Amino acid sequence: MYVYNEFDEKFVRNRITQFRGQVDKRIDGSLSEDEFKPLRLMNGLYLQLHAYMLRVAVPYGTLNSAQMRQLAFIADKWDKGYGHFTTRQNIQYNWPKLQDVPDILDALADVEMHAIQTSGNCIRNVTADHFAGAAADEIEDPRPTAELMRQWSTDHPEFQFLPRKFKIAITGSPNDRAVTKAHDIGIRMIRNEADEPGYEIIVGGGLGRTPMVGKVLNPFLPRSDLLPYLEAILQVYNLAGRRDNKYKARIKILVHETGLEEIRDRVEAAFERTKSEFVQPSDKLVEALQKYFEPPLFNNVQSPEFENLKAANPVFRSFTETNLAEHKNPAYAILTISLKPVGGTPGDATSDQMRLVADLGEKYGHDEIRVSHEQNLVLPHVRKADIPQIYAALRKAGLATANIGLISDMIVCPGMDYCSLATASSIPVAQELALRFDELKLEHDIGPLKVKISGCINACGHHHVGHIGILGLDKAGVENYQITLGGDGTENFAIGERAGPGFSADTLIPAIERLIEAYLDIRDEPSETFLATYRRLGMEPFKAALYPQENQHAA
Amino acid sequence: MPRETKPQIVTANDLFEGDVVYFQSDGEWSRTICAAQVVTSALDAKELLARAEIQQDRIVGAYLTNVSVDDQGIPAPVHFRETFRATGPSNYPHGKQVEG
Repeated sequence: MYVYNEFDEKFVRNRITQFRGQVDKRIDGSLSEDEFKPLRLMNGLYLQLHAYMLRVAVPYGTLNSAQMRQLAFIADKWDKGYGHFTTRQNIQYNWPKLQDVPDILDALADVEMHAIQTSGNCIRNVTADHFAGAAADEIEDPRPTAELMRQWSTDHPEFQFLPRKFKIAITGSPNDRAVTKAHDIGIRMIRNEADEPGYEIIVGGGLGRTPMVGKVLNPFLPRSDLLPYLEAILQVYNLAGRRDNKYKARIKILVHETGLEEIRDRVEAAFERTKSEFVQPSDKLVEALQKYFEPPLFNNVQSPEFENLKAANPVFRSFTETNLAEHKNPAYAILTISLKPVGGTPGDATSDQMRLVADLGEKYGHDEIRVSHEQNLVLPHVRKADIPQIYAALRKAGLATANIGLISDMIVCPGMDYCSLATASSIPVAQELALRFDELKLEHDIGPLKVKISGCINACGHHHVGHIGILGLDKAGVENYQITLGGDGTENFAIGERAGPGFSADTLIPAIERLIEAYLDIRDEPSETFLATYRRLGMEPFKAALYPQENQHAA
Repeated sequence: MPRETKPQIVTANDLFEGDVVYFQSDGEWSRTICAAQVVTSALDAKELLARAEIQQDRIVGAYLTNVSVDDQGIPAPVHFRETFRATGPSNYPHGKQVEG
């Protein structure tokens, strides 16, 4: 893992001192709210529906156990004993008090964490494949590159006031778990025909009110060109991105309105300049970054206990089927800890749960923990032989829900329960949906299915890329939910298609139930997933299930 | 005669805690909606908001919102967003529903 150098430490501490002064000035009246708001946002502090909210960056979703314990400590000391893990691999605290925030930031700095650039019109926390450095299908660990981009983008003087926020995601695997095509810039680590490493640069993807599929700006960028090339893209966007209309200010709109070819020409022209001017990171730094993310020393001692327990205990077997992924070392597995207990709040973890995950990561997981954009936690390197012990500990703490990739493993934004932008609630919808399908005992029969729920058009819940997407809106003062079908956030990226008129809060869950029943009826065989069935048959049979009255009417 | 409007109150967030607060007739802020001053004319509403907005050292983001009023004159939220603000989140017993 990356370790702060003297510069990082000093920068973060200076920023806290500065922010402490700004908070004091807001309280004594020398700063108005209009003056203070951009300053607090630069430090991750929002004002939400019931309280302030502090968004803490987890760079590319990687944490160690000491950091996780500190997050738990902060939750207990200054919040209400829990935290909310987000789709940008960050953690949010929902109840901090303004005067406590500088102290919270100091506590974060003690473990090399901060909340800088988690808000505002700047380059946000770079996200990465949550299985980075562990996945069997990976070409290369994306985190050294992600860390390089973090250093480049943090406090970058030219890019602190972009037309709008800017999000970068990177994957080192052909199976895209980082949703690269829905980011302002998506980066795929690839190799060319000569087996040289490089990057495919995707630009102009995004969700929100105008969902767009990212387009390939450069199919193969040599490794050493990355930072000057990113600098060139950002320069083009900074100058030409729209500042007249907040809703048209993201780079996706610029690419769409200007055309990919024209943008490419402008980026290439800018790149000619940046390439000669750019002070490249030294080879020493690049090598050092590689070293920080070297794989741990694996212990390949096998034990029959894992297979034995799988054979003996069907509940454990079910857990291993859903919550384990293939590790590059066959003696190991990647273990996802679900933060989606049936009826719970997706993405939330109590301080006790955080401490347990920290302990397990330290004892069994080479001190590595990840936050996934799907709002779960991951122990990326666990020995299969240790999984029975890990499972037993998780089970005691209510963290052994065996549902990864299934209907109750939903991405859900905070919605009207917390968010000042929300137009409808989303957490209660998720709770009700999970409880209903638990009652029906259909979850495992349905198989892989991604449901994603947003409580407003800004799409923090990624509904556009849900196999089933749910968007909550305010229709004349009443919550109304639109359903989209067929979205996909992976390498086969697709934006979901709206099925038809929305549903009221009390007719939504029965509608989803009809949808699922229809799928179970029309799938070719149990192994044909919901998404595959949708792709084979299209919208019609699903629409018929969602709107049965209209069919009767037509008949 | 000032034009009658639907009953309205002024609400904001407390500067220090972020908690939802309601503007009272005495110029103080209450944590409960029941204590909010209700106005029923556009002119009164404008004046109430102006009086509230002066208190930038105590609150953030004051605005007018419609309420219903019972026969005792006690206001209650109309829009579901304001119901959430007056109560707290639905997923945990946090906020006003437990803290009063």
